[in-house]
Amino acid sequence: MFGLTDEQQALRKMVRSFAEETIAPGAAERDLTGEFPLDIVRQMGKLGLLGLPFSEDEGGTGGGTVSYALAVEEISRVCASTGITYAADLSLGISPIYLFGNQEQKKKYLPSLFRGEYLASFGLTEPEAGSDAGGTRTRARRTDKGWVLNGSKCFITNASYAGVITATAVTDPGKGTKGISAFLVEPGTPGLQINAPYKKLGLNASNTTEIVFEDVEIPAENLLGEENKGFSQFLQILDGGRISIGAMAVGVAQASLDAALKYAKERKQFGKTLSSFQAIQFKLADMATQVELSRLMVLQAAKLKDAHLPFGREAAMAKLHASETATRAALEAIQIHGGYGYMKDYPVERYLRDAKLLEIGEGTSEIQRLVIARYLGC
Amino acid sequence: MNIVVLVKQVFDTEAKIVIGSDGKIDDSNVTLIMNPYDENAVEEGLLLKEKFGGEVIAVSVGTDKAQETLRTALAMGADRAVLVNDPAIQAASDEFAAAQALAKAVSGLNPDIILTGRVAIDYGSKISGRVAEALGIPHVNTVTKLEIDGSKAVASREVDGGSELIEVTLPAVFSAQKSLNNPRYPTVAGIMKAKKKELKTATLVDLGLDPAAVAGKLQILGFSLPPARKAGRKIDGEPAAAAAELAKLLRGEAKVI
Ligand SMILES: Cc1cc2nc3c(=O)[nH]c(=O)nc-3n(C[C@H](O)[C@H](O)[C@H](O)COP(=O)(O)OP(=O)(O)OC[C@H]3O[C@@H](n4cnc5c(N)ncnc54)[C@H](O)[C@@H]3O)c2cc1C
Repeated sequence: MFGLTDEQQALRKMVRSFAEETIAPGAAERDLTGEFPLDIVRQMGKLGLLGLPFSEDEGGTGGGTVSYALAVEEISRVCASTGITYAADLSLGISPIYLFGNQEQKKKYLPSLFRGEYLASFGLTEPEAGSDAGGTRTRARRTDKGWVLNGSKCFITNASYAGVITATAVTDPGKGTKGISAFLVEPGTPGLQINAPYKKLGLNASNTTEIVFEDVEIPAENLLGEENKGFSQFLQILDGGRISIGAMAVGVAQASLDAALKYAKERKQFGKTLSSFQAIQFKLADMATQVELSRLMVLQAAKLKDAHLPFGREAAMAKLHASETATRAALEAIQIHGGYGYMKDYPVERYLRDAKLLEIGEGTSEIQRLVIARYLGC
Repeated sequence: MNIVVLVKQVFDTEAKIVIGSDGKIDDSNVTLIMNPYDENAVEEGLLLKEKFGGEVIAVSVGTDKAQETLRTALAMGADRAVLVNDPAIQAASDEFAAAQALAKAVSGLNPDIILTGRVAIDYGSKISGRVAEALGIPHVNTVTKLEIDGSKAVASREVDGGSELIEVTLPAVFSAQKSLNNPRYPTVAGIMKAKKKELKTATLVDLGLDPAAVAGKLQILGFSLPPARKAGRKIDGEPAAAAAELAKLLRGEAKVI
């Protein structure tokens, strides 16, 4: 990629080595056992990766969004479960506190989060409110001591390992999306239950949870940002999160291409390597082109964000294109592997199972198209 | 403690070597990295600094591109860097010239200890001995453990069937074996800081060396790739019969037994 700074290139090189040497070796095994990569998260903290896109003034490492996108790509290229753990921790977990927290809240959580002592989660989705996140039902009632939360969240990443969860809840039922607020909730608070009941198609080593609030009392100071501004806050969080899902998708798509190309050069049929058949060459050429286009779009959105320019449209396009590219690239990689691609001895079936989530999480492909259409003025 | 680490930029271990139309090795599409053994040398330098204080200075001979490798050393934690960059040295391949230039650059830094990798993985050069010779100081190569006590150093090195302990007086040159330590990754903060650290560039004249005195010991006549490996052969059949057939072929055809 042309135009990366020396630091961005050095950062990518470091993360690539770390990913290949430390994350890749256990990836296939973790996919089978579902073992959470907690030790890897700790190491990421030591390397400063958990503070990567956040400014040095706030205790981050000040690498910016482009570096962060490159890191997410490199990590997801070898292990998408670790990729989503990392991306959800930063983009969904840490970002709300970083963007909307007051000084006390930031001081309380950010240093431990940047060090990797615990992770952070973002609880938005509910059984009845997915794409329509404005349909939040979890309720926060004001008391003289603070707030009481009731309701439930589903599919929440990292919450079993979180030290703090940002949860959205209705504070003013009459006002629709203008009556939603965000709260910081700490695991261990009485009435809060975090379960991990799901059996997933992929991303098996990532932690996906259900959160139940039963009369969970939290102090008044745990309101995050302004009361009743929760909806516009989470739209902003999701915009940023889309860049990271796009970057994850680029990583998985690149892994699919790499595996397919390697296999096509080795496997012989009819006395020739697969890569000598034009039909296979065309598949590889299309994959390579789509991967590169996806990467450019992700980095474009990241560059805009770093320049403090509007990036919502580009982030939605990047997420849409990259995630659909990842699924297609993984499918083609399986096709190029033939029957072997269907077997767990090769990594490409894992790439497909992992890729599919990228078209669903943080706004489905349909929702991305709605967002883009809105930018077009529809 | 003044710790100097000599590092070299080399091709990535997985790089595919391509000979260009000019007959030279084409490095345009190759990822360049710090010579892996030099990473161990940098790590050891940083560990010594953590223990005894002082400064770690990374020194390299190379072209403009080699700055990136020095920045990697700075990102790992070295304090400053010097690049000897002079068209008169074919730094990659001319061991003699590189060692002379490095020795001269190093002597101006008043080192207590000089560390480098045991071998450069590209041309197989081992400059540690040459640098020590040029500086007139002791040298221990392929070091697997290094202990410093005042002005003395005890270095372990692998020898057939065991290890050898060598005591030398500092300053001295040590070349690192892989097992010396585990090189750290540069941290994000290290990478961000590296840009602001001093990286000086010097020509041979800047160092007070006469280019004619260091150049021209080695002349490269040409490059060629090793012959392509022939496809292997698989012997089918029952194990006993296949083994007999294999033995026959190894004796009769390959003539190795
Ligand atoms: C592994 C995993 C991790 C997750 N992590 C988190 C997390 O950390 N935090 C969090 O809050 N959430 C998380 N989610 C939830 C995720 O964001 C939602 O699943 C997603 O937004 C879709 O919501 P839904 O599942 O309710 O689907 P629905 O909204 O019910 O959608 C079902 C289908 O209908 C389509 N559809 C819906 N509305 C429209 C429309 N208006 N026009 C056209 N089509 C439409 C959708 O595109 C989709 O195809 C995670 C999900 C998974 C699977």
